[in-house]
Amino acid sequence: MKVTQEDLDKVAVLSRLSIPAEESGKYIGQLDKFLTYVENLKAVDTENVKPTTYALPIQNVFREDVVKPSLDRELALSNAPLKEDGYFKVPRVLEE
Amino acid sequence: MRLYDKPAHVLHDMLVKKEITSVELTKDVISRIDEVEDDVKAYLSQTRDEALKQAEAADARIAKGEEISFLEGIPGAIKDNICTKGITTTCASKILEHFVPPYNATVMEKLQKEHPVILGKANMDEFAMGGSTENSAYYPTHNPWNTECVPGGSSGGSAAAVAAGTAIWALGSDTGGSIRQPASFCGVVGLKPTYGRVSRYGLVAYASSLDQIGPLTRDVTDCAHVLNVIAGLDEMDSTSSAAAVPDYTKSLVEDVKGLKIGLPKEYFTEGMDPDVEKAVREAIGKFKEMGAEVIDISLPHTDYAISTYYLIAPAEAATNLERYDGVSYGERVDGADVVELMTNTRSAKFGEEVKRRIMIGNYALSAGYYDAYYLKALKVRTLVQQDYTEAFQKVDVIMAPTAPTPAFKIGEMIADPLQMYLQDICTVPLNLAGLPGISIPCGYSSKHMPIGLQIIGKALDEATILRAAYTYEQSQNFRNEMAQLGGKN
Repeated sequence: MKVTQEDLDKVAVLSRLSIPAEESGKYIGQLDKFLTYVENLKAVDTENVKPTTYALPIQNVFREDVVKPSLDRELALSNAPLKEDGYFKVPRVLEE
Repeated sequence: MRLYDKPAHVLHDMLVKKEITSVELTKDVISRIDEVEDDVKAYLSQTRDEALKQAEAADARIAKGEEISFLEGIPGAIKDNICTKGITTTCASKILEHFVPPYNATVMEKLQKEHPVILGKANMDEFAMGGSTENSAYYPTHNPWNTECVPGGSSGGSAAAVAAGTAIWALGSDTGGSIRQPASFCGVVGLKPTYGRVSRYGLVAYASSLDQIGPLTRDVTDCAHVLNVIAGLDEMDSTSSAAAVPDYTKSLVEDVKGLKIGLPKEYFTEGMDPDVEKAVREAIGKFKEMGAEVIDISLPHTDYAISTYYLIAPAEAATNLERYDGVSYGERVDGADVVELMTNTRSAKFGEEVKRRIMIGNYALSAGYYDAYYLKALKVRTLVQQDYTEAFQKVDVIMAPTAPTPAFKIGEMIADPLQMYLQDICTVPLNLAGLPGISIPCGYSSKHMPIGLQIIGKALDEATILRAAYTYEQSQNFRNEMAQLGGKN
């Protein structure tokens, strides 16, 4: 096994997910099997190969900087789970 | 006379000639939904009242003698990851169970100018992650040809609706095969346009460098018409292409004389179902008979495409899905502080496959692993793309199976995620390279399940693959057979 419980815990924190103890074995096994499979990329010589992030050669797309109507605030907040006075509401972030 | 079993272009002509009304047509498709939807489960939500109003409006325009556009008054379905203003858009996820988009995706704005009838939102794998629609957080969709089988995915609801006659046309999205593979499994036509050909604005992002919206239709003629409606530059999507959009219906001509077809040996894999290989090779033989030239080619990095895709797509997904934090929209599960709130929300509301891909993505992007996994995958992506560039110097199109097997049974593969990923071998390389591809029916398995032929084109050359697809389709009768909801009755 390449993937340890510690690896899973770390990646779960990065992902803002909590994995119940009874499910962690399954995820570790699946992640391990996956990472073992993708090892096949090691066989590919990528010396001097540039990475591709987008398939089309599109760069720096500009448009005129003009004011246009945008989403109304009420509408933008219409799906918020909790809101107050035109703001999204969350538990206290900063200590007093 | 039933109408649900006819393609859009036939229905359009009947509407123009006033042989039918849009209300009659819409009611007939709704009756079809009543007859078969319990067995198929293609829809997540239906908008029947609104659909009938749209049909009445179309009829009023026809009665006034106005010239109508192609999709006017013709009922279709929209994959539930495409934002529809005022209509719940869930992505088949619990985290967006009550999400009502305050705006339309660009494709919806473009469609609305055509005045189609929208019947509802189609089921899918949660956040488009999957190839069977079993990852829907609500219920799986069943294949109309055999309801014990999957319809493919992730656009399984869109493909099943078109195949079952519960929609005349549909929109789907394709990140690694999610239009083409369900089209193949359900015996319909599905096209993934070139990356950038169709605006992604308002398409809920899964993997932004790979996602494309495209049509699922009964035949190639309808496909060309729907592509005409949705293609084009959009200032709201900076990755959309400024290239001129040709009239794709000009491709609806029977002509493959001298067309150079590349046959990549790597796409005819060891695990391929013999029925699939036979049907695809027969189809290619037919092209030869019709005057095309078949050339054996090699795309040597195909073997690495699955690894490359399943590192890049989850990495992009991990980033894209960070927005589901229980704060600005979507569901919220409370916690003592903000981090706990986010963790509780995501843990309770994301499904298993989504969690798996987010974790794979974050693993591949994390310190110490970034170069070995993510960056490595981006470099191999360059090589996959170069394979095609070289091949397209010798050939006009590339042909291959869409999927290595016909539709598999529900539950057959869901327990083994890697096994499921390996099924995408014929479809993911195109997304990595940004190329267009179409799946068209080319035969049946021994159990009478549909098989798809995939035609791959050069970037922005949808016109040639549509012409090849149309020419083949006209030589066959697959488009005239509707799914009979086997397996159960």
